[in-house]
Amino acid sequence: MTDAQGNTIDTRARIGRILVYGTLILAASFYMLPLFVMVVTSLKSLDEIRLGNLLSLPDEVTFEAWGIAWSSACTGVTCGGLKGYFLNSVLIAVPAVAISTIIGAFNGYVMTKWRFRGSELFFGMLLIGTMIPFQVVLLPMAQTLGILGLSGTIPGLILVHVVYGIAFTTLFFRNYYVSVPDELVRAAMIDGAGFFRIFWRIILPVSIPIIVVSVIWQFTQIWNDFLFGVVYSSGDQQPLTVGLNNLVNTSTGVKQYNVDMAAAIIAALPTLLVYVVAGKYFVRGLTAGAVKG
Amino acid sequence: MIGKFIRTALGMVLAIGIGSSSFAGEVEVLHYWTSGGEARSVAELKRLLEARGHTWKDMAVAGGGGESAATVLKSRVLAGNPPTAAQIKGPSIQEWGDEDVLASLNSVAEKNKWDDLLPRVVADVMKYDGDYVAVPVNVHRVNWMWVNPAVFEKAGATIPTTWDEFFVAADKIKAAGLIPVAHGGQAWQDATVFESVVLATGGAEFYRKAFVNLDSAALNSDTMVKSFETLRKIKSYTDKDAPGRDWNLATSMVINGKAGMQFMGDWAKGEFTAAGKAPGKDYECLPAPGTAGAFTFNIDSFIIFEGDDESSEAREAFAATIMEPEFQEVFNLNKGSIPARLNMPRDKFDSCAHDSMDTFVSSAKEGTLVPSMAHGMSTYGSVQGAIYDVVTEFYNSDTSATDAAKKLASGVQASRY
Amino acid sequence: MSRVTQNKTEPGNRRRSFGDFIEASLPKLVVAPTFVITLIFIYGYIFLNGWLSFTKSRMLPKYKWAGTIQYERLFDNDRWWVAAKNLAIFGGLFIVICLALGLLLAILLDQRVRAEGAIRTIYLYPMALSFIVTGTAWKWILNPGLGLEKLVRDLGFESFSFDWLVDPEMAIYTVVIAGVWQASGFVMALFLAGLRGVDDSIIKAAQVDGASLPKIYWRIIIPSLRPVFFSALIILTHIAIKSFDLVIALTGGGPGYASDVPATFMYTFAFTRGQVGLGAASSMMMLAAVAAIIVPYLYSELRGKNHD
Repeated sequence: MTDAQGNTIDTRARIGRILVYGTLILAASFYMLPLFVMVVTSLKSLDEIRLGNLLSLPDEVTFEAWGIAWSSACTGVTCGGLKGYFLNSVLIAVPAVAISTIIGAFNGYVMTKWRFRGSELFFGMLLIGTMIPFQVVLLPMAQTLGILGLSGTIPGLILVHVVYGIAFTTLFFRNYYVSVPDELVRAAMIDGAGFFRIFWRIILPVSIPIIVVSVIWQFTQIWNDFLFGVVYSSGDQQPLTVGLNNLVNTSTGVKQYNVDMAAAIIAALPTLLVYVVAGKYFVRGLTAGAVKG
Repeated sequence: MIGKFIRTALGMVLAIGIGSSSFAGEVEVLHYWTSGGEARSVAELKRLLEARGHTWKDMAVAGGGGESAATVLKSRVLAGNPPTAAQIKGPSIQEWGDEDVLASLNSVAEKNKWDDLLPRVVADVMKYDGDYVAVPVNVHRVNWMWVNPAVFEKAGATIPTTWDEFFVAADKIKAAGLIPVAHGGQAWQDATVFESVVLATGGAEFYRKAFVNLDSAALNSDTMVKSFETLRKIKSYTDKDAPGRDWNLATSMVINGKAGMQFMGDWAKGEFTAAGKAPGKDYECLPAPGTAGAFTFNIDSFIIFEGDDESSEAREAFAATIMEPEFQEVFNLNKGSIPARLNMPRDKFDSCAHDSMDTFVSSAKEGTLVPSMAHGMSTYGSVQGAIYDVVTEFYNSDTSATDAAKKLASGVQASRY
Repeated sequence: MSRVTQNKTEPGNRRRSFGDFIEASLPKLVVAPTFVITLIFIYGYIFLNGWLSFTKSRMLPKYKWAGTIQYERLFDNDRWWVAAKNLAIFGGLFIVICLALGLLLAILLDQRVRAEGAIRTIYLYPMALSFIVTGTAWKWILNPGLGLEKLVRDLGFESFSFDWLVDPEMAIYTVVIAGVWQASGFVMALFLAGLRGVDDSIIKAAQVDGASLPKIYWRIIIPSLRPVFFSALIILTHIAIKSFDLVIALTGGGPGYASDVPATFMYTFAFTRGQVGLGAASSMMMLAAVAAIIVPYLYSELRGKNHD
């Protein structure tokens, strides 16, 4: 757009830019606030927390709380901090994410390239299933796991997470594969390729972005899950969220807020890392058609 | 790290193959004591049990009064995989007894003469249909008032023994610019204060009629209306930041001299001790106004599930160890409560604990020993919940006292089975 | 609807037609596990839950039919209506604000901003945190005596008051704030991706025609984001219903039960208070309400798609 009065355009554009940046920065401070509070609190000593202001910077930075949270805070009879729970969460999350992603990929592939009568209805049913609040399935699932002999085991938890993650992974992959041209698949078929061959040769290579999306989403859900983790695990197999809850919640004891905050950040580190590192692939994956119907 | 991985992997394989995972000599204990002091107490039990040759498998699930723990327990039982023991108290013991899954502890009880060591009231809570199915860990007294004498001195007020005196003292403290009552606005805390008010206003008989027998006439009576009115007046002496506050933060207000009084059970003592305060000097423990000589009890206990014969020895050892003097002493010293077991040596306990012990025995004789409604000792979870809802709604709104009493009666009846 | 498979109809070769059969059924076989899982673990459990809502189950499930007594109890319960109202308020506000804020931020970020990557990460990271962490952090920030209110007052504004957290009327809105904080960044990412996928040529054509930037957005770009709205709405509704952890950590359902939602109601009654039957009835009501909204939406969206 050109205008005889060049100045006005510049000023308008500049005001526009200022508004844009201003809003973005204001929003950024809104999003950073809780993390700031948590980090700052975890670096203070207990006395400072009791006396001081929530949002003030620590007078004296101390990492003591972090050490306690990691290796000596009490979470029951054992006082070994969070480090023992880490491995359990990994053992639960990694297989569950992998399995649910693979299943979602195949479901999405079938629903877009090998559609059959009722596949849309099936997809709809799957989506409705995402609305079920998890408390509803707690007791029946407990009974089912008991029947299967998986109660209180890590494979049992993996099963639960896979079951309730499939709907989302299918949603992501289906929406993505819709934009993979059908002609490619048809051409491959004429060349004699079958179901799996087409998937392996044509679909999979272009799936990287959406695999990243699915993995990020599933990993976050599973890593942060508390309800299933606390009900379906026992003793040594408890995941990190249960350990964190034990650490932070006391019925009659003294609360160490700095340790609590440090522990919460430690528990959140893997997912935070995933979002920070893989964030741009995340958007790229969504851009490449994940969200288009 | 690798070793643990292999162990876990093997565990997975075994678990798939075998399913249940309890073998001879192992006791899996579900509890919700996870903080520093609590954890130390449980660790003591573990140590004693392991000294007898058994192993302890810990299943700690923190969260308030054990809500998450209760959920986990139900799922485990439904899955056919219950733990050996679980931290369950009060009428819930009866509910679990109804489900036909508890082991009888009569052999242990007879061998160790539990009937002689426990007051009748306590023993009855631990029995289902005449058989022992639970073992008590401690006795908490709930109707305490914790006082910072310095605050009273500053305000020129006297520590109250009746609710009328309370209002006089509270006015003086308020005039002095301090907070009369430290309170945390959570349903259970509202209920804790309320039950002490009811006990004072109506006496032990009335309390039992209302909260144990759930008699509608008692619930919707003038005495109840008066109790609600008193509760609302107490609220005017709390600060406006009270809603949602955790109980221990309220206790620190008293410790720091910001507030004069807190109505809380004896676990509050642990906070004073942790802050290096001495009873009689820095703080006073007195019965809540109007409840002198009465004792509102809250007993923590473990129920034990039926299991195979191989582990029966471990189960019995667990129950027996809890009742032994060594454990009873250490645990209760750590937790601020008094032993469930009678006639324990008193020298290590402080003056507040002595007061508790004496009143425990005397109130049993006089009939003023009552179960705590707020802490799940007087009635079932559903009824307790209904009472909570009415009390906390009343506390946080301007519902009239007469309406509240009506709602109390109807709510309780609606939640009974 | 087009089928992308071919029919091999050479006569005589039985082995090939068996292989054919397998090949043709392969797609169905592949999704069969998901189908079975969905049938059992979702619809089966919903049915079971529905059955339980017609029983007198207390602490553990019992399956003896008892009529509609639990529903009568439910509708008579003051706390249930508070919870239902709260879900409507929270759900409505949460979804609308997340969509609006996410869209706004995405549009702003799309303006070729410097440090886009860093800003985007800042908006996205809240989704990485568990609700428990979010609730606890916001509980502190919104606490009048400890957090924002105190900070602003310390800065000099004596009469500033922000005590929503402890106000029975306003407590549910604090849950909205925390929820929006957590999820709007994710929605922004969805919209940003959608915006990036819009065809440039259409925009350029509109610009040549003299349309202003806001008008281009309103008339062309936003309508083309309809599929993104679909995905975002599904995800947001899912989160809104699941927001049990958030409420528990932030307000505990309080003051009193002023910020209770059906999810916490169900949990409290079913598990804490040993009234499984009543809890089941409440969750059936929850599901019914959600289905009433989502099912028509799904129907219209999925029906109207052509994938040829």
